[in-house]
Amino acid sequence: MSVHPLTGPDRHGHYGFYGGRFVPETLMEPLAELEEAYGKAAADPEFQRELATLLGEYVGRPTPLTPARRLAAHLGLGRVYLKREDLTHTGAHKINNAIGQILLARRMGKRRIIAETGAGQHGVATATAAALFGMECEIYMGTEDMRRQALNVFRMRLLGAKVNPVDSGSRTLKDAINEAMRDWVTNVATTHYLLGSVLGAHPYPQIVRDFQAVIGKEARGQVMAAEGRLPDLLVACVGGGSNAIGLFYEFLSEPSVRMVGVEAGGRGTALGEHAARFQGGRVGVLQGTLSYVLQDGDGQIASTHSVSAGLDYASVGPEHACLHDGGRVEYTSVSDDEALAAFQLLSRTEGIIPALESSHAVAELARRAPEIGPDALVVVNLSGRGDKDVIQVAEILDGK
Amino acid sequence: MVRRIGETFRQLQAEGGKALIPFVVSGDAGIETTVRLVPELEAAGAHIVELGIPFSDPVADGPVIQRAAMRALAGGYGMADHLRAVEEIRKKSEIPILLFSYYNPVYQYGLEALARDAKNAGVDGILVTDVTPEEGDAYRAAMDARELDCVFLVAPTSGEERVAKIAACSGGFVYVVSRAGVTGARQALSDMVAPTVARVRRHTALPVAVGFGVSRPEQVRAVWEVADGAVVGSALVAEMEAELGRGGSPAQVAARAAAFCRSLAENR
Repeated sequence: MSVHPLTGPDRHGHYGFYGGRFVPETLMEPLAELEEAYGKAAADPEFQRELATLLGEYVGRPTPLTPARRLAAHLGLGRVYLKREDLTHTGAHKINNAIGQILLARRMGKRRIIAETGAGQHGVATATAAALFGMECEIYMGTEDMRRQALNVFRMRLLGAKVNPVDSGSRTLKDAINEAMRDWVTNVATTHYLLGSVLGAHPYPQIVRDFQAVIGKEARGQVMAAEGRLPDLLVACVGGGSNAIGLFYEFLSEPSVRMVGVEAGGRGTALGEHAARFQGGRVGVLQGTLSYVLQDGDGQIASTHSVSAGLDYASVGPEHACLHDGGRVEYTSVSDDEALAAFQLLSRTEGIIPALESSHAVAELARRAPEIGPDALVVVNLSGRGDKDVIQVAEILDGK
Repeated sequence: MVRRIGETFRQLQAEGGKALIPFVVSGDAGIETTVRLVPELEAAGAHIVELGIPFSDPVADGPVIQRAAMRALAGGYGMADHLRAVEEIRKKSEIPILLFSYYNPVYQYGLEALARDAKNAGVDGILVTDVTPEEGDAYRAAMDARELDCVFLVAPTSGEERVAKIAACSGGFVYVVSRAGVTGARQALSDMVAPTVARVRRHTALPVAVGFGVSRPEQVRAVWEVADGAVVGSALVAEMEAELGRGGSPAQVAARAAAFCRSLAENR
């Protein structure tokens, strides 16, 4: 159960000004129980051993740190490494957290697992972990996301999960979380809500960050082994922000390491056309936590747009809000078109098809290449693989 | 200054009566329907009215109130419109009004600004579903400064320590959630109601009202057996929705809601 001097959380789950626990009263006691159970598990060597074994034998960790030589040469950069979360079992970093929380749910005696999913990667990871342990699993997914991620819907069903379509609001991740919260508040006695990003009420942002921090821990060792020094720059995409904090966390206290989080710039700067919370959002409360939120003047949550379902969300993890305000991490955004170009660029230069989410990080690397220069040592988090996106990208490219 | 919510419960207690507390979404079927409706609910036997502030992401609500909120939002109403509606209502009615909101619309309006404007409009209290005492210090201080009652929820899952804290932080009354879950009508009243009300009473002399899943006359009666007030939301909102569905005018929607309220009030 990790607390960082820079961000926290404090004992109330606050990351500086952000975070906390804004939920209906029915969930307050269950969240406290979850916090306590997680605290005990995190301190228990047996739990950590069990988790480490599964991450090795089942998830396929450690994931490689791959030098991206042709990409670097193409962009006029020096040493660029990709942290290959796309090579985990199920093809994205989401499995790190899903396995951790499944073990936690078992300890708490919960037999039923629910989760939300946007791109479907967290849904697939959760369905996978539930299948591994023979647990009942239901996934909430917006119908718009089901349409654009049909392959992942089929994967979840193959894995024995029930996929519940959510047809309210913008029919994307935010609405799936609403439905999952309604399920949890109703079935909280038997059910663990396996939240997939560093979002929601305390202790979720802390639990998910801790389970994802393995990314940065491995990357640090790997880059030290390969280069004998710390990286100069880390780049990761930020939807809720779990892959980004997973990479950044290990390096937060290293002042020489710069970090950039990349949000979805979508197709324009007007409200509803993007998911760039730090550029278009204001501080507010959504789904249990205080953070930056895209909203109108009356506090109604705005719809969002991104070509990437996994970044298409109106708020951002509270620890990122804290890192943003403190200036420790720089947040920026790239457009749908830039992400699509990066999707193709990485495929052609490295033989790696990235997820559209991760393509945002690659796009940012390409955009600031002149500023980064050939002497910098860069690590890009390749949070997931792009197989799930190829049909959607084909449709978009054909349409142009 | 006398606080209307407390005074209403005191009077009822003196008469041996119990409170009927209908919930409607402000702006559902148009803000003019809300303005017309509240005095009609009072005439139909309501003692306090909960006015729901529509929110785009109502995680504590079931489908009926979600749909009502979406109808109200489609009307383009914001917090200022809801407060103006209360001002209009106050020209005709002194019934205690409790705003029932999610935190973000309150937070965006500004805590002090909302407390001031709500008080001036004639609001008596406020309940914010996703704010508990832990996160509620600034909110409570702002409302207290304008003598608005902050009502907090107690759930069947709330442990003894939490019940004590919530009871100590509440003003006006304590709202007991009948069961774990979202708002919406249920066939049977949860058997958690009586024990949860009893647990609250051990910690406070404040009146206790029960809501979530209270929809039929016999359920209202059962709540009145153990508590001081019964909140009826989704069932009433569903009546309004049905009237809207058959093309009813605002007057007809209000009349149908009032008739439903009367059927509950006259069932003592």
